[in-house]
Amino acid sequence: MSRKKTAFAAALAGAAMAVVPVAAQAANPIVVGITSEIGTIPGKAIANGATLAAEQINAAGGIDGRPIKLVIEDDHLSTTDAIRSFQRMVRQDHAVAIIGTFVSEVALALEPWAARLHEPYLITGAAANELSEYVHKDFKAHQYIFHAYMPAAYLARAVCDASKATLVDQFHMKTAVVMSEDAAWTKPLDAGYDECLPKIGLKVLDNIRFAPNTSDFTPIYQKIEQLKPNVIIAGWAHVGVQPTVQWAQQKVPVALAGINAQAGSDVFWKATNGATEGVITGSTAAPGVAITPKTLPFTDAYVKKFGYSPAYSAYSTYDAVYALADALKRAKSTKPLPIVHALEQTNMVGTQGHIAFQGAKSKFAHALKYGPDYVTGVALQWQAGQQKCIWPLKLANAKAKFPGFVPVPKS
Amino acid sequence: MLAIQILIDGFAISTLYALGALGFTLIFGVSGVLNLAHGGLMVIAAMIAWYLDTSLGTGPYVGALAGLAVCLVAALVTYGGIVRPIENSRAVPAHERELFVLTATLLWGVMIQEALSYAFTNSPITVQPLIAGTVSILGVRTPINEIFIAAVAWAVMGALWLLVNRTQVGRRLLAASINPRALTLLGFELDRIYLFVWIIYGLLAGIAGVLLGSFLGSGSDYVPGLTGSAFTIVVLGGLGSVSGTLIAAYIVGYIETLTAYLVSPSLREVPALILLVVVIYMRPQGLLGRR
Repeated sequence: MSRKKTAFAAALAGAAMAVVPVAAQAANPIVVGITSEIGTIPGKAIANGATLAAEQINAAGGIDGRPIKLVIEDDHLSTTDAIRSFQRMVRQDHAVAIIGTFVSEVALALEPWAARLHEPYLITGAAANELSEYVHKDFKAHQYIFHAYMPAAYLARAVCDASKATLVDQFHMKTAVVMSEDAAWTKPLDAGYDECLPKIGLKVLDNIRFAPNTSDFTPIYQKIEQLKPNVIIAGWAHVGVQPTVQWAQQKVPVALAGINAQAGSDVFWKATNGATEGVITGSTAAPGVAITPKTLPFTDAYVKKFGYSPAYSAYSTYDAVYALADALKRAKSTKPLPIVHALEQTNMVGTQGHIAFQGAKSKFAHALKYGPDYVTGVALQWQAGQQKCIWPLKLANAKAKFPGFVPVPKS
Repeated sequence: MLAIQILIDGFAISTLYALGALGFTLIFGVSGVLNLAHGGLMVIAAMIAWYLDTSLGTGPYVGALAGLAVCLVAALVTYGGIVRPIENSRAVPAHERELFVLTATLLWGVMIQEALSYAFTNSPITVQPLIAGTVSILGVRTPINEIFIAAVAWAVMGALWLLVNRTQVGRRLLAASINPRALTLLGFELDRIYLFVWIIYGLLAGIAGVLLGSFLGSGSDYVPGLTGSAFTIVVLGGLGSVSGTLIAAYIVGYIETLTAYLVSPSLREVPALILLVVVIYMRPQGLLGRR
């Protein structure tokens, strides 16, 4: 090659190098990592909720012209797998933020890595109080973490508020047995139940914790039946099918309420062959109930795309992706600290309510704000194969009713 | 009241354990194969029964029959595609074949588990009870399905006993378990006998899988536990011993039930495992084992 040609080629190459990054930058996707347990109902809902939000945001022009690209990884309920995929998504995929997991144990294992790698991390289904207490404990180091779901203390409060308005005020129930799976999220949940249930007029007769791998719940139900409570207040997320089916098959004469997280999806109806009829569960939202103007369009789009209704974690993840997109637009940066500071300023209407995060001084720093003006969740009940909202009363589209084998106290 | 409850619950669980482990021990007794994909085959039966009933609306009976049929096919694939090629392979030394079969069926079980998880997710499901409702037995409210399961399981086990002890083909199975070489010298084809025992095994595993799915639920995550539970019972009773398996199933079932009721449901599997360790230490061939 002659010297002239070489110079021309070098000039072309230089020009190309100068131009290509600008062109690539325009179409360069913003990578967001999703870590979840794809084989489970709440885990699949996280992946689905994120997918739907990303598609809608991209269809509306992305984030200042840049599309969101999701990297969805299955952690198989394993903290080791979750940590490996978290590191890979940060270092290889250059994810600007990571969203997900409904398992508190997994989220607790990921939090130190989010802090060490300075990676914004939004937890969207796990509920242990420790998740946001960890942020509060050393805010400067742990500020990258957001608990974009309600801590267990708030879940307990929501269950008590719903139980007061329905079970106590409408059905005059007076006694309860707390029955929770043995997991990180249920310790603060049970503590919350023990504190607030007596205050609303439900005396706690016993608090039963069982291993998540329990296969036969007959002995537990026999024990509960002997105590003759009006209602079982559950704390279930890892389990759900077997205790629900045995409750129905054995016609345990006690109402079943509290949190039965898997019952938030209509997949659960099929998995239990309809045994979930009459079960009450706390959830983030319910199909057909317009908590905000965004709730129904989301559920409709979700059902249209996936063919079944969203579980609780789909709502929180969908909102988290929109909150992140909003923060990225305001931050005008993909660097961690500007994203964190923009997320802290989140003030948007989501599918579950008004979305805003608590400040550093709160015990639950960077957790969702709880209350009628923010997010409270709903109580839904399965009635004739449909999820009906029974609380908050202003949103309720049905009144609670129980299967024939559950006696309702007389006033 | 508690004692009656323990008696009823323990009987139902033990009978299901016995049915689940029976095919496992039969295969080992006749053909010397420890099929560690056993749990996978049981779960296939339950998942197919559930899927056809709930998603295709076939009803529980058609679903159960289809689950049984697919489990039978899966058992024959296990035999024809995994076990037999290894047993006939010249590349595998004769004295290592059992180990190779053990490893191959273990891996086949993992593949089945992953495939089920991919197809149906690993969320547990429950097969619709073939008979709904409850009855009171001496004051204890008992699901009719529980009684039905025990009745079917005992009917199946009775039919198996008749087959083995009262028919020509059953006597061949017994002969194959005692002295396969002599049977070959008498002109019987071992391959046909093994195929027959795998057919029986597939049916037993299928029935157990569907019934268990309607009692304790099912799902891809159940695969290792079901294999482990059958393995525990069979080792405790004596590998290859049908009567030993029955006795061990009732011992394990009642120990678990007693633990669940009187100590804690979370600890129900612990005492039976301790007993297994003690039996292996004191009597390695199991309670009624010959090998």
